[in-house]
Amino acid sequence: MSPIINQTLQLADTCLILGQRNSEWCAHGPILEQDIAITNITLDLIGQARHFYQYAAELISKSENKTITEDALAYLRTERAFKNWLICELPNEDWAHTVLRQFFFSSFQLLLFEELEKNSDSQLSAIATKSIKEIKYHIKWSSEWVIRLGDGTEESNNRINKALQILWPYTGEFFMPADYEIISVGPLQEKWLLSIKEIFDEAGLTMPENIFMQSGGKSGIHTEHLGFILSELQYLQRAYPGAEW
Amino acid sequence: MVNHTSLNQKEKILSLLEQVADPEIPVLTILDLGMVRDIICKDEETEIVITPTYSGCPATDTIAFDIKLKLLENGYTNVKVSYTLTPAWTTDWMTDKGKEKLKEYGIAPPKNKSVNDNSMRIQKMLFDQEDCIECPRCQSTNTVLLSQFGSTACKALHQCNDCKEPFDYFKCH
Repeated sequence: MSPIINQTLQLADTCLILGQRNSEWCAHGPILEQDIAITNITLDLIGQARHFYQYAAELISKSENKTITEDALAYLRTERAFKNWLICELPNEDWAHTVLRQFFFSSFQLLLFEELEKNSDSQLSAIATKSIKEIKYHIKWSSEWVIRLGDGTEESNNRINKALQILWPYTGEFFMPADYEIISVGPLQEKWLLSIKEIFDEAGLTMPENIFMQSGGKSGIHTEHLGFILSELQYLQRAYPGAEW
Repeated sequence: MVNHTSLNQKEKILSLLEQVADPEIPVLTILDLGMVRDIICKDEETEIVITPTYSGCPATDTIAFDIKLKLLENGYTNVKVSYTLTPAWTTDWMTDKGKEKLKEYGIAPPKNKSVNDNSMRIQKMLFDQEDCIECPRCQSTNTVLLSQFGSTACKALHQCNDCKEPFDYFKCH
């Protein structure tokens, strides 16, 4: 498959898998307003995923001369075909883990989509422009939570520091290029670190140093957690092929 | 909205689209929301081009279905609804009539022009309060933002400090 199809699938899978993870909070949020907030963010992510899947389906259908649907791409591919960033598939721990992951994710997503927006592919550029408006809400919301928990009580500070230990090793993958990527991700690292540091300074948090960084998601090498997500996500289409609402 | 379609024909279709409401905020039509981007009549086919509000808004599919249904009911046999993402939808396209209707319905309409200035840094806007959103019930401007995310993707949740009622605000986007 062409680089542009692979890149589109990576972005689709990434938005879908984090959306699926975040959706586990539905009706379990700490208070009603925040339950609604995280599920709204999830809805945006699933919407972004759909735009990418629809476009990938169009490109694949054209190049392989058969009809592939967005649903087939989301529901009928297996782990090794998924290209999502590993950080998305990590199981939920607590609220601190969820808001910190969203903060790392959205801060990178913004930088990446600002590059995508400049790409010569007009559909990818259009999806990026539309998504950026939504991502800015996600960054604002998650930044406020990182500060609130980091600079909050001993308990909240402990929890966000624990989340930091779990999540940090999965942030390096953002900047490790995959061979098909049409955007050069390496140069975004410096900018990303600066934006994280700005919020961490306010939150009283310190960025870990010299930590081994995990990678593999972009080329289909995943943690053991992805299979469990897919078995739940894809169950209906696997058990009842072609089922529709 | 431009093109190929004669004015008379277009006006007829517009008057039908005027009757297609947002399923989640039924006082607003899809024209009030600025979702209809183009009407193209080619041979026998009528194509309506719409743009989604938020990427994941579940109303989008329903709206496409409702457009088809409305036109089919009125004698258009070959109807196609297609989507465009450019330019990205903004609340700036909401009509004044739409804003009035929102307010009567109990939802505060978007107050400012949407700001799409990339130089504006989010990090400088944290814990900000959107200034003086007017309570749609008692018109007080002594109100407070409870959450940037509300009952649908397009709304934020505010509360009035005077009448104490919480209310939805259709946020600038």
